[in-house]
Amino acid sequence: MVDLSVRVGTLALENPVMPASGCFSHEFGQVFDLDRLGALVTKSVTPKLRKGNAIPRVAEVSHGMLNSIGIPSKGIPHFVNEVVPLYASHSPPLVASVSADTVAEFADAAAALSVPGVAAIEANISCPNLEADGHAFAMTPDTTHAAVSAIRQRTSLPLWAKLTPNTGDIKAVARAAETAGADAIVVANTILGMSINLNTFRPTLGNVMGGLSGPAIKPIALRMVFQCAEVVAIPIIGCGGISTGEDVVEFMLAGATAVQVGTASFIHADAMIRILAELQAFCEARGIARVAELVHKARVEHEPIEW
Amino acid sequence: MPVVQPIAARADFPVGNARCVVRTNRAVNDRYRHLVLEAPPALCGATPGQFFHLLCPPAAGNDPFLRRPMSVYRIAPDEHAIEFLYNVVGAGTRSLAALAAGDTLSVMGPLGIGFTIGAAYRHILMVARGVGLATMAPVVPWARRRGIRVTAVLSARSPADLMAREFTQREDVRVHPVFDQDGSSEVARVETLLRAILAEDRPDTMFTCGSNRLMALLQRLGLEYDVPGEIALEQQMACALGVCLCCVRPIKAAGEIVHKRVCCEGPVFDLQQVAGTWRHG
Repeated sequence: MVDLSVRVGTLALENPVMPASGCFSHEFGQVFDLDRLGALVTKSVTPKLRKGNAIPRVAEVSHGMLNSIGIPSKGIPHFVNEVVPLYASHSPPLVASVSADTVAEFADAAAALSVPGVAAIEANISCPNLEADGHAFAMTPDTTHAAVSAIRQRTSLPLWAKLTPNTGDIKAVARAAETAGADAIVVANTILGMSINLNTFRPTLGNVMGGLSGPAIKPIALRMVFQCAEVVAIPIIGCGGISTGEDVVEFMLAGATAVQVGTASFIHADAMIRILAELQAFCEARGIARVAELVHKARVEHEPIEW
Repeated sequence: MPVVQPIAARADFPVGNARCVVRTNRAVNDRYRHLVLEAPPALCGATPGQFFHLLCPPAAGNDPFLRRPMSVYRIAPDEHAIEFLYNVVGAGTRSLAALAAGDTLSVMGPLGIGFTIGAAYRHILMVARGVGLATMAPVVPWARRRGIRVTAVLSARSPADLMAREFTQREDVRVHPVFDQDGSSEVARVETLLRAILAEDRPDTMFTCGSNRLMALLQRLGLEYDVPGEIALEQQMACALGVCLCCVRPIKAAGEIVHKRVCCEGPVFDLQQVAGTWRHG
């Protein structure tokens, strides 16, 4: 029997597999048992009411998809009163993802979300920052530090910072999140992309650009997890194109303590259950007693060439 | 690594999720094909207007990443079958077209909210265009079994595309075909036809699918003749379970326009509540 449990800071998870924000809601309970997941992560909620972006909101590309949903939000009170209770009867810890336009709004929203039933806050700092010309907070270390430290002061719950791959210096951003008091970082979000319909010459997405996800981005996310693991001591939650148990192993070897699965659940709604079975089977086949043993065990030392 | 077996349909979860075996997959005409899948009981409980989410396997250079939502054309629980009538237009349907008897594909469903067929209905008017015909066809046997009269205006490019036989399925249906080829499918001429039907034998409801222009016409006539209606919408989807929020359409609700998810709050909506039209691609 493989011990699948992992610990993300103070939060003990029964297993390392959880959904990615935006790719999960209680409707999946129509297809599989949500209690088998390591944690439940809700779609980002914002303090401002938002209708979301124009349709089409999704387009497929080779081995992945583009989306531009635009974070439709019914606000924090609706989330606290209507969404949090949906998960009250479920055993995995509930992680509330929050997003906001400004540092102050981020801090207020995180405080308002720190209610019984919420086990951790995931700050989606990958969204556009209205105070910085629409650039995502997590594009630069300074804005990352500002957002995370402001949130840190307003919640005592475990705080995860979800980073964006759309940055030139993921290591500096990861360090800024850690210094600002994040308990973990989620690496990463979707990669900005676009596609154009050759019949109409129109962008396939109503919003023109959107986030690329799925197996197409896995090597990029994996590289970023590996780079972050070199520079931070806090746990890393890997996210990006994970579709199989082997993918989970790869991310853990690169330095992830846990993983998030997003797009794969859109192809197979119960993908996370299959991924867990595959992860367990891998560990059994390799005689790995505790899945946590895999974390950051990629062997990168070069064998000296003997002449 | 062991090969992980596909997860079979499970009775304890309301949405079925199974690998289905292809029984037949035949051309109906130059553009449309008819796919018959062997399905476990969990997948055979669909009602007209509901859909399934099909994982189209890679074939002939097509490797569609996302599943394809496809409305069910025929529901035959006695034959352990679900059937689809589809137009071969893109990577998904080209990959479906390559399926042969004995092949398998992953199918999730039934999904969404179908047409409302009231117990007191005596007469249903259906107006279908193109592939909308496949979405509405299962209403026909459903209604006829309940003794409801069905009048159908079927709009197509040409007689070769009409598929009137596939629509009526040998049931007693009054069919009014209209075509692009001879101009009879023009909105003004369809309006004259619909007015004659509405005046002669007022339906209890009107169902439509497949054309924004016909939707707008029916919305107008529905208000004028005080006949309710329903429309089945199409929209690009990812999860089809209401999770991803990709497939929204603007819908009027309580005096304002809100985004509703076609996958789980539709695909069938009240005709008068659909706000605006949408052009694909």
